[in-house]
Amino acid sequence: MSTAEFENTDVAVQELEQAIASPTLVQERPLEMQAEDVSVWFGKRKVLEGVSIDFPKNTVTALIGPSGCGKSTFIRTLNRLHELIPSAAIAGTIRYEGKDIYAPEVDPVHIRLAIGMVFQKPNPFPSMTIRGNVLSGLKLSGMKRSDHDQIVEQTLTAAGLWNEVKDRLNHAAGDLSGGQQQRLVIARALAVNPHVLLMDEPCSALDPASTLKIEETIRELAKEITIVIVTHNMQQAVRVADNTAFFLAAEGEPGHVVEQGATTEIFGNPKDQRTLDYVNGRFG
Amino acid sequence: MSSPLAGRRTRRPGWIADQVFRWALLLALGIGVITLATLLCTVVAAGWPRLNPDLIAHMPSIRFPERAGAQSAITGTLWVIGCTALVALPTGILAALYLEEFARPTSRFQRLVDVSIQNLAAVPSIVYGILGLAVFVRALALGQSIAAAALTLALLVLPIIIITTREALRAVPRGIREGSLALGATEWQTAYRQTLPAALPGIATGVILAISRAAGEAAPLLLIGAVGFIAFNPDGLLSGYTTLPIQVYDWTKDSRAEFSSLAAAAIVLLLILLLALNVTASWIRSRARRRW
Ligand SMILES: Nc1ncnc2c1ncn2[C@@H]1O[C@H](COP(=O)(O)OP(=O)(O)O)[C@@H](O)[C@H]1O
Ligand SMILES: [Mg+2]
Repeated sequence: MSTAEFENTDVAVQELEQAIASPTLVQERPLEMQAEDVSVWFGKRKVLEGVSIDFPKNTVTALIGPSGCGKSTFIRTLNRLHELIPSAAIAGTIRYEGKDIYAPEVDPVHIRLAIGMVFQKPNPFPSMTIRGNVLSGLKLSGMKRSDHDQIVEQTLTAAGLWNEVKDRLNHAAGDLSGGQQQRLVIARALAVNPHVLLMDEPCSALDPASTLKIEETIRELAKEITIVIVTHNMQQAVRVADNTAFFLAAEGEPGHVVEQGATTEIFGNPKDQRTLDYVNGRFG
Repeated sequence: MSSPLAGRRTRRPGWIADQVFRWALLLALGIGVITLATLLCTVVAAGWPRLNPDLIAHMPSIRFPERAGAQSAITGTLWVIGCTALVALPTGILAALYLEEFARPTSRFQRLVDVSIQNLAAVPSIVYGILGLAVFVRALALGQSIAAAALTLALLVLPIIIITTREALRAVPRGIREGSLALGATEWQTAYRQTLPAALPGIATGVILAISRAAGEAAPLLLIGAVGFIAFNPDGLLSGYTTLPIQVYDWTKDSRAEFSSLAAAAIVLLLILLLALNVTASWIRSRARRRW
């Protein structure tokens, strides 16, 4: 990482501290999602235990922690993507707008429409154009909307990509750079009007410039929707997240949340020694 | 690590092994290329006098070898291969799609199916001929028809199509499927809107190679009673037929000199057909740059 970015970070931290001058405010927002005592197994192996996190509306929540402690596993339980792995099992409750998303009468397709997801590796659909990618979710859900052009422009603008691609909407999505692809994927997720956006290390494959662009996008989006982001980048968590949850898995044990709360608290005044060590880069 | 310049003056320890290996590879390549070139030259030279439009325009003839052509064998090949493709493509691709995208890979049944398909691909083609004879020619009473031939060849290429299609599907990154599912697509929508189109170049390549294998087969067709002398073009599924490999086989059995050069000319024709199919396959493969 460049020094320039570190300087940027300091500025961003100050901005963030000003922006979240009263951290309690975030806590008072109504809940969009809520995970309660969630445990997860792959086959007989338990990889997550007793995770409870609240996701207030219009907040960004960062999930941090060393590799393999179950962050991806957890975020994938929030839109029922987890259950597509044959050996996977889950206990506990996940509520979206107060309702259990794993209730038998709930169609996972509706859940995934309301709760979008962006993955670590940009995954635009290679056989489609840029425009086709943005509209693919709408087509799938059979939403009949006539204002396709407008949706394409709106979502690409929201994802910070419009100016770069507006003249080549009918080009193959594969021709874009990694950072552009990731922003395209964000636009694609936004086109179906999700209320929640899950992001699993969305910037880990990207250069610093694209990363900053996406972070701007995230802050902008948080005005409208609720965001959960897994990140390995401490500065990123500080820059974008209102709340942070620190995951940890001891050797051979399932992962759990060690500490959670306002990002300023987790980074500025952690209660747990392990949190302090982790956020200061002493392990992981 | 030694300085990169050192290699210029003193030879690295592995230098001899490198050279030996390099020449062994070139030799192996040379054997392949020379064999192929010799084969092609001999066949073209032998068939040269008969490589003219008459080969395509005329029907075979027993009494007038100097006027005989291979028209019925060409149309027969196209009919048989076309029908084979019509049966084998959808079946093979759908089977592969099911096995790769929907079946639970851990089940015992699935593993049994996997092993069976691998084995079927290795079964000699003549065995498919026996199967075709028993099932299509006799039990289903299709006799010596295009339908019987196409069904037999379809069985023959089905395992190849399934295996190559599965490989192509497996090469599609998981991210594409997850991206689609995360957008609220069902597993079925994901398979046919995203995974299948993304795998299409790979599937097309495999399918064309499988079809070109079927086009060159003689053994199973001989077993199900294809005959060499057919002086008419097929006009339907139940019509009699001959194909290029069968025609070649029939002509080479005849001792008259005209027929041996006719057979060589028909071989050239068959080679051109197969070459065209293979070139198409590699063209598709090279055009579909990796997009992930
Ligand atoms: N599909 C799977 N099958 C079995 N085990 C898995 C699977 N996915 C993840 N795991 C295991 O679950 C644990 C948590 O993984 P993951 O959620 O990917 O961690 P993180 O995202 O925090 O790096 C790891 O030990 C990993 O090996
Ligand atoms: Mg992960």
